[in-house]
Amino acid sequence: MSSPRGNLGWFFTGMRGIFSLPAFILMTSYVGFSAFALESGLTRGEAVAMTLGIWALPAQMILIGTMLGNAHIAASFIAVTLSSIRMMPMVASIMPEMRTKKTPLPVLLFVSHFIAITSWVFASRHLRDVPRDHRVAFFAGFGMTLTLTNTLIVGVSYGVVSQFPPVIAGALFMLTPVYFISSIWASAVQPVVKIAFVIGIVAGPTLALIVPGFDVLVAGIGGGTVAYLIDRNRRRKLLAKSEAA
Amino acid sequence: MAEGWWTYVVIIVAGFLATDIWRWLGVLIGHRLNEDSEALYWVRAVATSLVMAVTAKLIVFPTGTLANSPLWLRLAAAGIGFAVFLGTGKRVAVGVLVPIAILIAGLLFLQP
Repeated sequence: MSSPRGNLGWFFTGMRGIFSLPAFILMTSYVGFSAFALESGLTRGEAVAMTLGIWALPAQMILIGTMLGNAHIAASFIAVTLSSIRMMPMVASIMPEMRTKKTPLPVLLFVSHFIAITSWVFASRHLRDVPRDHRVAFFAGFGMTLTLTNTLIVGVSYGVVSQFPPVIAGALFMLTPVYFISSIWASAVQPVVKIAFVIGIVAGPTLALIVPGFDVLVAGIGGGTVAYLIDRNRRRKLLAKSEAA
Repeated sequence: MAEGWWTYVVIIVAGFLATDIWRWLGVLIGHRLNEDSEALYWVRAVATSLVMAVTAKLIVFPTGTLANSPLWLRLAAAGIGFAVFLGTGKRVAVGVLVPIAILIAGLLFLQP
């Protein structure tokens, strides 16, 4: 290793990310999930398997919802898979920053399981500060620790925590969106990210009223494309200006 | 609710596979993208817009306890919080604590 710290060292550095605000926020959400799972009639083992196997809170809630309605497995699959399409651009957008030319594909496929919204934000913020050769190890350290810790939390808090008092529950629920808002804005380096940020925030709730069920997809693909075009236009003008000068 | 082993089949097929196929597709697509290529600009914009749409929906259409709180309170908490965050050097802790404090104060004040 040319770097003073090897992959193992960076893996441990990633693990330390468990002691952070976003990790804490997600843990409170998973305590809430285990209460919801119990209420819905899931066993402890099923709630744990869902957390480890799906690792995406919205998809887990949707799966439980369809199971409660005794939906056919194909209907459950469709509902969950529609809600999970967002994983594709999320994973695709951090891959180029995470891998090297030598990173084996199976390693990336394995690590991708630990990418969900919290770890995506974490990767967008911190990957650039890690030497490229060690980014996969760093992310695996964080992602795996976060997933396994929350799996443990679901197993332990099942049946112990029934519900938080209303004001606390409300505040804990609100932590997730306000954390995403400030951390994604703070980590945005390219203007295209900020443009997409604003468009997404407006488009999400608006489209929920117009095309319920497909709002997030339309806001993502449509809103993202509009943001990209605005940014490309901006970059071209900038380029023309610098060439004219 | 279905019984026993079948629930685990549902979790594996309609949960694990239904979610991870998109992650794997994301890896295959991202594997071909170069850093700072035009395509990556677009993918980043789509991913950001998607995540922010999900985020804004959590505030505007919350589930659970917050569903009973007034929309204006949630919007004011998030909006004022973001403005303070921007005005004070973009510290994430500020961006989280200010809206939460406003929300808690509002919820306590509005309590019957």
